[in-house]
Amino acid sequence: MSELALRPFLRQALRHTLVAVAALAMFAAILLVAGKDPLRAAADTCRSMTTVYGFSELLVRMTPLLLTAVAVALPSRLGLINVGGEGQLYMGAWLATAGALWFPAAPRWVLLPLVAAMGFLGGALWAAIPGVLRAMKLVNETIATLLLNYVAPLIVSYSIFGPWKAPGSSAYPESPAYPDAALLPAFFDTRVHGGLLLALAALLAYWILVDKTRWGLQMRAIGGNAEAAQRLGIPVAVFLVAGLALGGGMAGLAGMGEAMGVHGRLRQGLSPGFGFTGFLIAWLAGGRPLGILFMAFLFAIITAAGDTLQITQGLPFSVVNILLAMVLFIVLARRPGGAR
Amino acid sequence: MTTPLVLGVLAGAVLSGTSLLYATLGETLAERSGIVNLGLEGVLLMGASVGFAVTAVTGNPWLGLAAAALTGGLANGLFGWLVVTRKANQLASGLAMMFFGFGVSALVGAPHVGAVITGLPKWRPAWLGALPWVSASTLFNYDLLTWLALPVALLVWWLLFKTRWGLGVRAVGESPAAAFASGRNPALMQFQALGLGGMLGGVAGAHLSLSLTLTWAEYMTAGRGFIAIALVIFSKWNPLRAVVGALLFGGAEALQLQLQARGSLISPFILEMMPYLLTLLVLLAWGGSRRLAAPAGLGRTFFGSD
Repeated sequence: MSELALRPFLRQALRHTLVAVAALAMFAAILLVAGKDPLRAAADTCRSMTTVYGFSELLVRMTPLLLTAVAVALPSRLGLINVGGEGQLYMGAWLATAGALWFPAAPRWVLLPLVAAMGFLGGALWAAIPGVLRAMKLVNETIATLLLNYVAPLIVSYSIFGPWKAPGSSAYPESPAYPDAALLPAFFDTRVHGGLLLALAALLAYWILVDKTRWGLQMRAIGGNAEAAQRLGIPVAVFLVAGLALGGGMAGLAGMGEAMGVHGRLRQGLSPGFGFTGFLIAWLAGGRPLGILFMAFLFAIITAAGDTLQITQGLPFSVVNILLAMVLFIVLARRPGGAR
Repeated sequence: MTTPLVLGVLAGAVLSGTSLLYATLGETLAERSGIVNLGLEGVLLMGASVGFAVTAVTGNPWLGLAAAALTGGLANGLFGWLVVTRKANQLASGLAMMFFGFGVSALVGAPHVGAVITGLPKWRPAWLGALPWVSASTLFNYDLLTWLALPVALLVWWLLFKTRWGLGVRAVGESPAAAFASGRNPALMQFQALGLGGMLGGVAGAHLSLSLTLTWAEYMTAGRGFIAIALVIFSKWNPLRAVVGALLFGGAEALQLQLQARGSLISPFILEMMPYLLTLLVLLAWGGSRRLAAPAGLGRTFFGSD
């Protein structure tokens, strides 16, 4: 990064920090009103995050967020609003599970790429449905992706309560454990798994695609004025379907990563809203790759704080969503965005 | 289908359709003024938890209901401040409100998990109870909110389509600039529609915790806010069609519960998918004619009046 590019970057970082501090202050006030000790909560969170394990957990949480953010940022270059990351994530995990359960005896070097590809495919196909509907000018993609969010987890539930139900898991049904060869490798005795490398690679690929290739330029042309792009001879319909499918594939990879890297089997509640959080990250970052990296890390810290609240303050984990909302409120109130 | 099954589904459709209808009416009001509130799920949750907490503390479900309505109105007021006053992006603001609702409802409800409350009283007119089949079922044994659901839908329809205020709201939803030029205050109308809609959303949440389940649990609305958003589209932004939609969606939920109780072989999850797929199919069916019934200014931010 050159000297010239660094200055705005620093100013931006300072602004982000100020937003975080303001949001923390508001959240602390709410905790005080609820009769809790925000300073102790903050100290506990800092202490746990600076341990090797605590820091590694931040990276674990960040992994699906990076991917679901790219899942939103990529189609948004085409002017498409993908609020379906949640459903695409579940379908990725679902199809990846199918791969792992169908070929239990395959060696690692076959099975790992296979489940990754199937995870991508699951999300991509699921997102292609609204993509096709939009390209044919039948249904608005915002509505279609939103609706499909609620169908995908039901497909997962159907499978783990039915055909894929592991014997003996009656109270909380889940799929049988994946064969070892389908599990993403973990690093340094932590839960950080290969999905993180995949997510960083996806972010890099996204940056190259939208900023360095002709396709990226054509995507921006479509996002700016689809009709003009069509007249210039850009195959708009193909781009719309492919853009949403590529994005959905990224969310599908996130689902594959959670299933194969964290849980080791297919479960209900695989994602505590990663798809929606990803939407907000992409939006806050304005689709910029570095911004996505920064915001995903920030959101990982916030959810880590939720764990601390739960363990040391006896508050429900979801209380931390207030902190998340405070960050968003401040940014939203400061930046008039309109609907793109 | 046997008669008890049919009656069970009908009764269940009305019961679970009630909260769906209130939520849908609230969102319809907001969307008619041109504002999409994806945070409806959070509004429902806050209504359910505040309603439950106030009822648990005071022992009076009516106070709980009033507190829930107030909470919903205030929550939408905050949302309005973001999207109308600060002109923030509506989708992102809505999702932020959703997360806000997750957190606030959990914080408010946590001390009252497992509390035992007396819910909204239910009654059935004697002459209805005397009908054959009815006396043995829960049909027509409803609380006030369920009895009022249809009148409220009529009221919202009347407000939107038969009053000057409703004309103003719809004008703002179609084109804030034109409404502004004709002497209306778009921001004020949007705040009014949002506030009223939020109160209906709060009531919808309270019906879940104060009548349907008599408990508070985190995330207990289970996506009903999003179903309601789908229902708004399904009913083409019309409060009266929303009644049909809410009964249909509520019926799908009730049928699934009834079949499950009877050990049916159809997976409940397949049935649960139906409302979403049905909405998508309805949208597809209209897709051919490009003219949607959506307010033309829906989701757009109006910058003109400054």
